[in-house]
Amino acid sequence: MALLVDKYRPRSLEALTYHEDLSERLKSLAKSGDFPHLLVYGPSGAGKKTRIVATLRELYGPGVEKIKIDSRVFQTTSNRKLEFNIVASVYHLEITPSDVGNFDRVVIQDLLKEVAQTQQVDQSARQRFKVVVINEADHLTRDAQAALRRTMEKYSPNMRLILLANSTANIIAPIRSRTLLVRVAAPTESDICKVLEKVGAQEGWAEAEGLNRRIAKDSARNLRRALLMFEAVHAQNEKVTDKTPVPPPDWEALVAQIADEIMAEHTPARLLQVRAKLYDLLSHCIPPTTVLKTLTFKLIPKIDDALKADVIKWSAFYEHRIRMGSKHIFHLEAFVAKFMRILESYLMGMDF
Amino acid sequence: MANFFDNKARAAAVAATNGASSSKSAAPKESQNLQPWVEKYRPKSLNDVTAQDHTITVLQRTLQASNLPHMLFYGPPGTGKTSTILALAKELYGPEMFRTRVLELNASDERGISIVREKVKDFARMQLSNPPPHYKDRYPCPPYKIIILDEADSMTQDAQSALRRTMETYSKITRFCLICNYVTRIIDPLASRCSKFRFKMLDQGNAKKRLEDIAENENVKLEDGAVDKLIKCSEGDLRKAITFLQSAARLVGAVKTSHSRSNGNSKKRVLEDEDDEDEDAMEVDGVDESMVTIKNIEEIAGVIPNDVIDGLIQAMQPRSKGAVYEAVAKQVTDLVADGWSATQVVAQLYQNVLYDDALSNKQKNKIVMQFSDVDKRLVDGADEHLTVLDLALQVSGVLAET
Ligand SMILES: Nc1ncnc2c1ncn2[C@@H]1O[C@H](COP(=O)(O)OP(=O)(O)OP(=O)(O)O)[C@@H](O)[C@H]1O
Ligand SMILES: Nc1ncnc2c1ncn2[C@@H]1O[C@H](COP(=O)(O)OP(=O)(O)OP(=O)(O)O)[C@@H](O)[C@H]1O
Ligand SMILES: [Mg+2]
Ligand SMILES: [Mg+2]
Repeated sequence: MALLVDKYRPRSLEALTYHEDLSERLKSLAKSGDFPHLLVYGPSGAGKKTRIVATLRELYGPGVEKIKIDSRVFQTTSNRKLEFNIVASVYHLEITPSDVGNFDRVVIQDLLKEVAQTQQVDQSARQRFKVVVINEADHLTRDAQAALRRTMEKYSPNMRLILLANSTANIIAPIRSRTLLVRVAAPTESDICKVLEKVGAQEGWAEAEGLNRRIAKDSARNLRRALLMFEAVHAQNEKVTDKTPVPPPDWEALVAQIADEIMAEHTPARLLQVRAKLYDLLSHCIPPTTVLKTLTFKLIPKIDDALKADVIKWSAFYEHRIRMGSKHIFHLEAFVAKFMRILESYLMGMDF
Repeated sequence: MANFFDNKARAAAVAATNGASSSKSAAPKESQNLQPWVEKYRPKSLNDVTAQDHTITVLQRTLQASNLPHMLFYGPPGTGKTSTILALAKELYGPEMFRTRVLELNASDERGISIVREKVKDFARMQLSNPPPHYKDRYPCPPYKIIILDEADSMTQDAQSALRRTMETYSKITRFCLICNYVTRIIDPLASRCSKFRFKMLDQGNAKKRLEDIAENENVKLEDGAVDKLIKCSEGDLRKAITFLQSAARLVGAVKTSHSRSNGNSKKRVLEDEDDEDEDAMEVDGVDESMVTIKNIEEIAGVIPNDVIDGLIQAMQPRSKGAVYEAVAKQVTDLVADGWSATQVVAQLYQNVLYDDALSNKQKNKIVMQFSDVDKRLVDGADEHLTVLDLALQVSGVLAET
C-alpha cells in the first residue's frame, strides 16, 4: 500500500497546490525553449522535488515518468571502484552524488560529459537538451562543484542541470552565477490544512478541522511530516475528532524525556544517563543537528527568559562544532553540560 | 502553426490547451532559440567584451604584435575571463586552426599531475600544421599553441608545481593561459611567470549598455531603473545579470499568458516566437503588462522584501527579555521556513543594522564581530536556523546596551 506522500503527490504543474505564482513561472520557463540551469532551494518537505518532477513533465510530457534504475561503476584515479545508482527516463536522469562522498567529483566528471556528448535518444523529444537532476547539491564537495562549471557552459545545448538543495550557503559563487535560483518556501499552515483536507476527502476520512490544524502546526510547515502524521493518526484511531492526540515520533518523545531529565537534575550522574540516551538517538540515525535543535527548543520554554539568548548561543556554538568535528556525541554532551552549568549558576544567583 | 488559425480560433486554442500541444512543443526548435542568453550573448570577439577596457586594450596590442606572454586571468565569476581567452584564441587562429592550436583544460577534466603532464606534452609535441593559403591574411596564426587552464584554482599545489617544468620545457612552442577566481590560489612560482590581468566586477555604465542591448534584441521592455536594479542585484556579475534578465522576461511572459487565458480576445505573446505577429497583442486595458519591473527583478534575484527585514529588526528592538525572545524566534522561524537563504538574511540585516546612526561605536564594534563569526559558521555549513537566531538575539542584546 502506497503511503499518502506518494499516493497523492501532484504530478503536473497544474495539479500543484500552493505557490501558484511559482508554478506559473516554472511553466513559462519550461515553455520558453531556452530553459536555464536551475538551483532550487528551500526547507525540507517544502515540495521542491515534487515541483521539479512536475516541471520535467511540462518539458517532456508523461514519458519522463517511465523511469528505471541503472547501477553504474566508476573508477577513481586510485583505481577504486564506485558503485553508483542512476534514476533515468529517456529524457532525464537523476543522481545523488553525495552517495559516494568525497568521490563525487569522479562521478560528475565522467557521467555529465557522457550525457552531454550524447544526443537525445527520442528523435521527437520536445527539447533538444536532456536534464540532469542533482539531489542534495549542497552536499557536493568543492571539487565536484568546480567540475560542473565549464560543463554547464560548454554543453548547454545538450544538457541542463537542476540542482536541489536545502540551502545555498554551501554552493560556490561560480555555480550560483550559472544557475537561476528558485526559492521554494515551505507551505503555510493553512496551505497544509488544505492539502490534508483534500487528501482526507479522497481517502473518505471524516474531517476533523481542529486536528488538521494541530498537525499543520506540529509539522513546523513541513508537508511531508504533516502527511505522515496525518496518516499515522488515522491508522491508529478508528475514529478521529478534533481532540485526538497526535503522538510525536518515538525519537522526539525520547528527546522530550531527555529535556525533562535535564531540568530535573543537574549532576554528573544525570549527564551520564542522558549520554546513554543521546547515543541511542544517534545509533538510530537521527542526525546530531536534529537532536541538538530539538532538545534546545524543548528546553527553551522551560527556562527563565533571561537565559534564553545564552542557551541559543551555546546551542549554535556546539552545532557548528558538530559540523566541523567528527565525534558528534562529544558536542551533544558538551551542550548538555553547558546548559546544566548555566541553569545551576542562575539558580544559585551567581554570575556565569 | 498558430498563423493558420484566424484570431478567434487561435484564442480558443490557447484557452483550451494552454500551450501543451501547440506548435512549439511539436519538435525541437532551432538552436539559437534554445540557448540560454548567457551563451547566446557570449562575446565573440575581443571587441564584444565589455567593461574590461584596460585588459582588452593590452590584449589587442599583443594581438597585433602576435607575441603573447604566458597569461594569468583572475577575477570574480561572470566577468568575462573565459569569454576573453576564447575570443582571443579565435582571433589569433580563426575557426579552422582553432582545434589544432588551442587546448582547453578545465575543472571538469581530470587534472592530476601525471595527466596534466601527459596531455600538455602530447598536445605541445604535435607538429604545427600549416594554415591553408591566404588564411594568414585574415588570422595571424602565430607559430605557437595556446594551452588554457581554466578554473585553475581547483588544481592541487602539486599539480601546479609540476606545471612549472612543463611550461619551461615547451615555452618555445606554447603559451599558457591560467584562469582563476582567486589569484592567491595559484602558487607563486607559476603566477610570477605570467602577465597578470585582473577582471573587474562590472560597473554600472558598461554593464548597463550590454544589458540594454540584449533587452532590445530580445524585445524585452524594461521599466525605468530596472537595469540599475539588475546590476545591483547581480553584484557585478554580468552572467548573473543576464540570467536574471532572461527569467524576468519569461516571468512577464507568464503573466501575459495567464491573462489571455482568462480573457478570450487578447492573445498570448511569446517573446521569441516570430510566428506570433503582435500588432494587436500589446493593448490590454491600456496597461503594458509585458514590461519587466524592478519588483520582478528583486523577486527573481531572491532579495528579501524590506518589510520582512523590518519585521525582524522591529522584533530585535530592546524590550523585556521574554518579549524579545518570543518575537525574534517567531520572525526567524518564518524566515527559515520561507526558505530565504541565511546568507541573504545576514547581508541585508548587516546593511540595516550597521548604518543605524543611533548606535555607538562600541556597539558597532561588537556587532561587527558577531557578523564575522556568523559568516564563517554559515560557510562551514552550520545550521541556518540556529545561526541566524543566535545572531539576531546577540545583536538585540547589544542594541539593549546603553
Ligand atoms: N504542491 C503540493 N501539493 C500537494 N502536496 C504536495 C505538494 N508538494 C509536495 N507535496 C507533498 O509533500 C511531500 C514532500 O514533498 P517533496 O518530496 O517534494 O519535498 P522536498 O522539498 O523535496 O523535501 P526534501 O528537501 O526533504 O527532499 C510529497 O511527497 C508530496 O506528497
Ligand atoms: N565582460 C563581459 N562582456 C560581455 N559579456 C560578459 C562579460 N562578462 C561576462 N559576460 C557574460 O557572462 C557570461 C559568462 O562569462 P565568462 O564565462 O567569460 O565568465 P568568467 O569570468 O569565465 O566566469 P567564471 O569565473 O565563473 O568562470 C558570458 O557568456 C557573457 O554572456
Ligand atoms: Mg526532496
Ligand atoms: Mg570561466
